[in-house]
Amino acid sequence: MNTSVQPASTAPAINVGGGETRTSKAKEKVKMSAEAVKVFYGNTQAINGIDLEIFENEVLAFIGPSGCGKSTFLRCLNRMNDTIDICRVEGRITLDQQDIYAAERDVVLLRAQVGIVFQKPNPFPKSIYENIAYGPRLHGLAKRKAELDDIVESSLRRAGLWDEVKDRLDQPGTGLSGGQQQRLCIARTVAVSPDVILMDEPCSALDPIATAKVEQLIDELSESYTIVMVTHNMQQAARVADRTAFFHLGDLVEVDTTDQIFTNPQDQRTHDYITGRFG
Amino acid sequence: MSMTIEQRRQHRLSTIEKSLARRHSKEKRFRFMGLAAIVTGMTLVAILFASILMRGVPAFWQATFTLEVYMDPEVIQLDARPVRQSGESQADFETRLQSWQTQVGLVNWQSLLDSALEHALGEEVESRQLRDLRALIASNERFALRDRFLADPNLLGQRVETKLLADANVDVWLKGNIDRNLPDARQQLSPQTRAWADRLYAEGVIQNAFSTSLFLNSDSRSSAASAGLAGAFMGSLFMMLIVILLSVPLGVASAIYLEEFAPKNRITDLIEININNLAAVPSIVFGLLGASIFIGYLGLPISAPLVGGLVLTLMTLPTIIIATRASLRSIPPSVRQAALGIGASRVQTVFHHVLPLALPGILTGSILGVAQALGETAPLLLIGMNAFVANVPGTPLDQSTALPVQIYLWQGNELRNFFEARTSAAIIVLLALMLSLNALAIWLRKKFETRW
Repeated sequence: MNTSVQPASTAPAINVGGGETRTSKAKEKVKMSAEAVKVFYGNTQAINGIDLEIFENEVLAFIGPSGCGKSTFLRCLNRMNDTIDICRVEGRITLDQQDIYAAERDVVLLRAQVGIVFQKPNPFPKSIYENIAYGPRLHGLAKRKAELDDIVESSLRRAGLWDEVKDRLDQPGTGLSGGQQQRLCIARTVAVSPDVILMDEPCSALDPIATAKVEQLIDELSESYTIVMVTHNMQQAARVADRTAFFHLGDLVEVDTTDQIFTNPQDQRTHDYITGRFG
Repeated sequence: MSMTIEQRRQHRLSTIEKSLARRHSKEKRFRFMGLAAIVTGMTLVAILFASILMRGVPAFWQATFTLEVYMDPEVIQLDARPVRQSGESQADFETRLQSWQTQVGLVNWQSLLDSALEHALGEEVESRQLRDLRALIASNERFALRDRFLADPNLLGQRVETKLLADANVDVWLKGNIDRNLPDARQQLSPQTRAWADRLYAEGVIQNAFSTSLFLNSDSRSSAASAGLAGAFMGSLFMMLIVILLSVPLGVASAIYLEEFAPKNRITDLIEININNLAAVPSIVFGLLGASIFIGYLGLPISAPLVGGLVLTLMTLPTIIIATRASLRSIPPSVRQAALGIGASRVQTVFHHVLPLALPGILTGSILGVAQALGETAPLLLIGMNAFVANVPGTPLDQSTALPVQIYLWQGNELRNFFEARTSAAIIVLLALMLSLNALAIWLRKKFETRW
């Protein structure tokens, strides 16, 4: 979804609306941190050693050209890369100062704390209710049916979907529109009450109206959650992110407040990318 | 160049047009060939089915006598059936009962049948013609008469209307399955027997009745007309139960492990290659394996459906594993990611989400594998299931044969004129069983299919 970025002249063409107010919201407590993280697929190195701190309740956006490793790095944060046999992660990633790759660390618990929303909406081929209820039921978060009903309702409300689906909770989640499906997936993640929500290009399969809704939702969710998102759309990063990190060829080139990245990038590559020279 | 732009345009168009004709004719040719292939295939299948049905369906009806048999007390000279007396032990009573049953067996039941036939013909038959007379009724039918009396001794002294199977050769003669113009020397029946058969058929004593014996009796050598499929059917049924109980859980579990949990390394690659190879191993090889391991080494009984079932399980396993893996692989990874992403463990991901979605494919593959096993003959020949077995097996350890093997045995029977139709009838039964299995597969797939 990079088509809307026009190759501009020299000055950064992105208008950072409300960037400063967003920045002020970020608290200075470190939620997650990465130290010298390297990722290999077999013999190919995809990430060349990244150091990054993620603060509590901030929205952090990863931008960069295709194949720069931003999705790979995002998936390291809740160990989704574990499912790929040839993938190997080196370095140290912590959540609340605890190493998430430590041997005694339970990946199931980690994923309950660090949820993920994928690029393509992927609701389970089950009812809307079952889609939301699955996670809480799995982790034993609701003792009674009424509690589960509450969780389903509040999760759907948080995802701004309640009014649209409250009369058809027993209908298949796959029958919703693309934007609704994506918000259903966000509600499904929220239902487990994670601390951090990872989003891997959550709007790339959505039309502009659905995108606007999801962006608004991200903004609201950042009140209670730490959000890390990958996006191909620089305006989107500018609209929703407190801070933005620019990835290039497996390196984390620059991370700063969104305002800084788009108006005053320190690195030439960042400057070239956001002005549309490549990518 | 002298060509104008317009000329070049025209030239280009005409070149494309020329090639169009060639392309169209190529397409037509290909369509025609495809259609021809389908028509040829369907014609062959139609011929196959038509010939089987035309030959086999008449075999479901068999020449049957309706005779009035007089349970002559002069022939059946017996004490009354023993009744257990007070103070008598169970063992003593059973000894007395057995000796009475032996006496029943020694009664000359054949002479009762002879008299009944004489009565039906309305003439005395001289003793030198007795052979011709006895050739009319299937030889095992005297035991049917005995069993009838054993079940109800009160029939003594009564005239009992009885349905009795005609001899196989009479059936052949009456159905016209043998050339009536053949000289006597080449006929199976004597001129006298043929004359009687024609007369009794005209009088309605012999009728073409639906052959329940085909389904209720086991194979028979002494009395071809009584040969039935019950033994083979039960043998096949026991084997299918064993195959379903063993190969489906084993195959599905192995496939799930290999596809969802096993690390991808040399060992699993090797296993995968071997499973694919096993699926291509000729089935008779599995028979050899079964003979040497299950019978030779483990000492399991020969000709038993248990051994047959184990051999067919080995044969079916690769098919089920491959079908299940293909079905699991067709489930989009996004489903697994969705479940893992909210903290489901790998086992939970597989059993809550992947497996239910893959179920239709797994069921289809499994049932087709089982149907294939049902029709398998070659490996069973090597573990003794082609033996002649006159009893219906009661357990998987009893001697037995199987439907396809029974077809093979009947096809080789020397009474060709009779068994050609029986063979086709048995094929119809086997095909009906397979079609119902396939129908079940389709129904299950439709039932569990999830709309995306």
